[in-house]
Amino acid sequence: MLELNRRAFLQSLGGGLLILCEAGAQESGRGGGRERLPENIGAWLHIARDGSVTGFTGKVEVGQNIRTSLTQAVADELRCAPKTVKLVMGDTALVPWDAGTFGSRTTPTMAPVMRKMAATAREALLDQAAKVWSVDRGGLTVANGCVLQSTAAKKIGFGELAAKLDWVSIVGREGLTTPAAQWQAAGTSLPKVNARDLVNGRHKYTSDHKLPGMLYGRVLRPPSFEAKLQSVDTTRASKMPGVTVIRDGDFVGVAASDEHKADKALGSIEAKWDEQPNPIGTAELFSYLGKDAPPSAPATYTISYIAHTPLEPRAAVAEWKGGKLTVWTGTQRPFGVRQDLASALGLSEQQIRVIMPDTGSAYGGKHSGECAIEAAKLAKGAGKPVKLIWTREEEFTWAYFRPAGVIRIGSSVAEDGTLRSWEFHNYLSGPSGLTTPYEVANKNEHFHKVDSPLREGSYRGLASTANHFARESHMDELAAKIGMDPLAFRLKNLKNERLIAVLQAAADRFDWAKHRSTPERGFGLACGTEKGGYVGCCAEISLRGGREVHIERVVTAWESGAIVNPEHLKNQIEGAVVMGLGGALFEAIDFSGGRIHNPLLSEYRVPRFSDTPKIEVVLIDRKDLPSAGAGETPIVGIAPAVANAIYSQRKSACAPCPCCHRSRPERTGRYHFKKRSQWRKREENILRRWPVVECGVRAAAQAGNSLADAAIGGRIIALQQQRPKLADSREKAKPELRLPIGSARPDNASDRDRFGSHRPMRQRCEPDGTGRQRIVCVRQRRAALGHQAIFELTGMRRVQVPAARLPIMALEQIGTQVDQSG
Amino acid sequence: MHLSVNGVRRNVETDPERPLLWVLRNDLDLTGAKYGCGEGQCGACTVLIGGNARRSCQTPVGAVAGQEITTIEGLADGERLHPVQQAFIDCDAMQCGYCTPGMIVASVALLRGNASPSETEIKSHLEGNICRCGTYNRIVEAVQKAAGSMTAEVKEHRHA
Repeated sequence: MLELNRRAFLQSLGGGLLILCEAGAQESGRGGGRERLPENIGAWLHIARDGSVTGFTGKVEVGQNIRTSLTQAVADELRCAPKTVKLVMGDTALVPWDAGTFGSRTTPTMAPVMRKMAATAREALLDQAAKVWSVDRGGLTVANGCVLQSTAAKKIGFGELAAKLDWVSIVGREGLTTPAAQWQAAGTSLPKVNARDLVNGRHKYTSDHKLPGMLYGRVLRPPSFEAKLQSVDTTRASKMPGVTVIRDGDFVGVAASDEHKADKALGSIEAKWDEQPNPIGTAELFSYLGKDAPPSAPATYTISYIAHTPLEPRAAVAEWKGGKLTVWTGTQRPFGVRQDLASALGLSEQQIRVIMPDTGSAYGGKHSGECAIEAAKLAKGAGKPVKLIWTREEEFTWAYFRPAGVIRIGSSVAEDGTLRSWEFHNYLSGPSGLTTPYEVANKNEHFHKVDSPLREGSYRGLASTANHFARESHMDELAAKIGMDPLAFRLKNLKNERLIAVLQAAADRFDWAKHRSTPERGFGLACGTEKGGYVGCCAEISLRGGREVHIERVVTAWESGAIVNPEHLKNQIEGAVVMGLGGALFEAIDFSGGRIHNPLLSEYRVPRFSDTPKIEVVLIDRKDLPSAGAGETPIVGIAPAVANAIYSQRKSACAPCPCCHRSRPERTGRYHFKKRSQWRKREENILRRWPVVECGVRAAAQAGNSLADAAIGGRIIALQQQRPKLADSREKAKPELRLPIGSARPDNASDRDRFGSHRPMRQRCEPDGTGRQRIVCVRQRRAALGHQAIFELTGMRRVQVPAARLPIMALEQIGTQVDQSG
Repeated sequence: MHLSVNGVRRNVETDPERPLLWVLRNDLDLTGAKYGCGEGQCGACTVLIGGNARRSCQTPVGAVAGQEITTIEGLADGERLHPVQQAFIDCDAMQCGYCTPGMIVASVALLRGNASPSETEIKSHLEGNICRCGTYNRIVEAVQKAAGSMTAEVKEHRHA
């Protein structure tokens, strides 16, 4: 088919030189003749008649810097400046089919494809120049977008040659490319190619996209997972000017001329739901997951559900024109989302175009197309383009999570430190990184599928993080058992030279031999390999008062073949360490009754500045080896290294991930680790530990600054009895303590008009015309006498006030200090 | 109502309760300030109001009518980037870039009040800004670098 079309295709690009490249079947392309182009085209490269060079790929940029690294690959082979190369990425109308951007595949598979095409183009240009000048091409070189004849000091530009060529070529999987040792543009720390647009706010993320006449959408959400819509009354919303209500089965949404109206319209909708939540919640999770574990593997490691929390929540802009649909959306699988859209809307894929602007991060969390489908339904119903940005709470609740897991290990070790046997069972979290890299004759490793009570999906590094956490924690426990140094014990059982090299490099930079853990300082290390990357990690922690952990220093050594961009590689590794610290220390989704209880950034802490330790990165550049991806595997070392540091003085064959209680309210970067003897019991009631200030309205006014903080992000998180039995389990107190999402809407119509929100207990601070602001509580009914409302102040402090004063209390507002606290 | 944004007077007809963030983004097409959480927790929406860093998602537009508002789009001097913007590029202090406008604006506010902040001061000032990609240490480095180049510029200016 391409044979027939290739001239036309070249003409559509304006002529010049077009190179297409086959790719491995798994990486790109697919069979069945469903696409216009043959199944195995991975990418194409076009040199226009004006000399501009453009690469077309289905891979997408989500912060992992492949726009830059792929540009470097093309520039390297074409011997031209990277700034003269453009990349068109992730637009289903312009680029060849691609399975998606995940699994650290871009560098090992797409970069070689780009290289082969660029190398072919270079050779074709050389041939053409030799023809034009009627000289032997041996004397010609390529530099700065020109072919040069050094003896005659003549040169001819790419554009002129391409115009003469007007030629299409298909490159096979084999092809000569430049070896890493001779790289010019690659192998250097080229700054991010679109950095300027990012720092001056000009880059248009999906959520920034705007079309003429575009409306803003909101979607009605059920109170719990799997809830079915029983009845819905949208009369009031339908009567609002500028608002369209869209209903399609259980899907109910609104589109309005601005986001405020959409909020209000959504808030006015009355819905009744039939709830049938999964009985498993946080409290039952680990006993449920590990229920079938064999007694021969007694050491238990648990991994919580965590959320990707990309800073840009899911967003989509949808536009229908003449029966065709165009959707801009941030996704790692533009072609997958196109397929999702086609099946959800009953269209053919040819009727749909998905465009993926460089997106505000994903971490494996943006594979699916729900938001795109919702935006398309809203746009269809409204008859106008619609933008839908998921709220943070929707992103936390209605996306998917990194799976939780229970890992059970049984092992034996000889006195001299030789591993004798290794039995490893992973329940639910996944098989990635399951196999131990240590030499052991008697091995038994299994992944067991378990029905997940929450929707789960891929997350940076997949289950490799969980499996490394359990394995590397257990290795430390074995080392302690036989009184061996954890480094020496690992080295004794390793034969993989690349892994040994990174472990040794990390230990050397860290000065491992000089450090011995004390009750105040802990030192831990870990190593691992996955997806062609090798990581060694050392961590130093301080312990205050025996329980309070702070991460002081982390050293990560990394090797993934030839380095493409050293600075960006370092950046990825540092970022993976920081992100990994969240899951290692405090991130955990709290759920029960089909509801997420901490779906906000004030309730779900992600690593911040104060959590970030000094991070040193040691890079090992193996120019003799092909480059592997580095977006994921650097994350696997940090959790076990930190856990080993925390528990270095307290050996026992069990560990939880995260290993600290949810962060205390103060922003100190310090956390209480879970005592191993206790961690399997329910986490302590947070409220019991958090400092609680009791005050009424007057006291609030006197408290001044600290209460003024409440105006920012402050909201009522719970109502409870005046003398709550906090020592009781949280489950028991839950009916009073937790306000389920569904019922946490403004209780009366006038409040709904004012606040227009179905989000839980959101407050607004409002100027009241006297220079003061007041916090307005949107909930009234439960605030009867004898109850207290607990205010969370910017997620940092909590204050109790008598509920009799609700719903409105006036607070002194201290002008400029308010926002600083946020 | 009148808003003064990046030195330009803009007329906006809207509900004064609406958060400034959405007025900037949807009505004035200034999309540099981002939505990240809507509860003042992530700092992606940070703008300058009268030179102070503010969470625009928590600021009712009615409360800032007539005050000088500066967004990320208003920091560069024509094609010349603000020293903080330049330092973020130089230090590769971003990955996906979504937090970057908020980080830069918050850093500019810090440097206005403190020409050479220590690492601790920077971290504490930016604690309310989240970078999910984890480039925190690079951001600290960038702010210090910007502080250095701004001080040098001032000195040069004095000598000139």
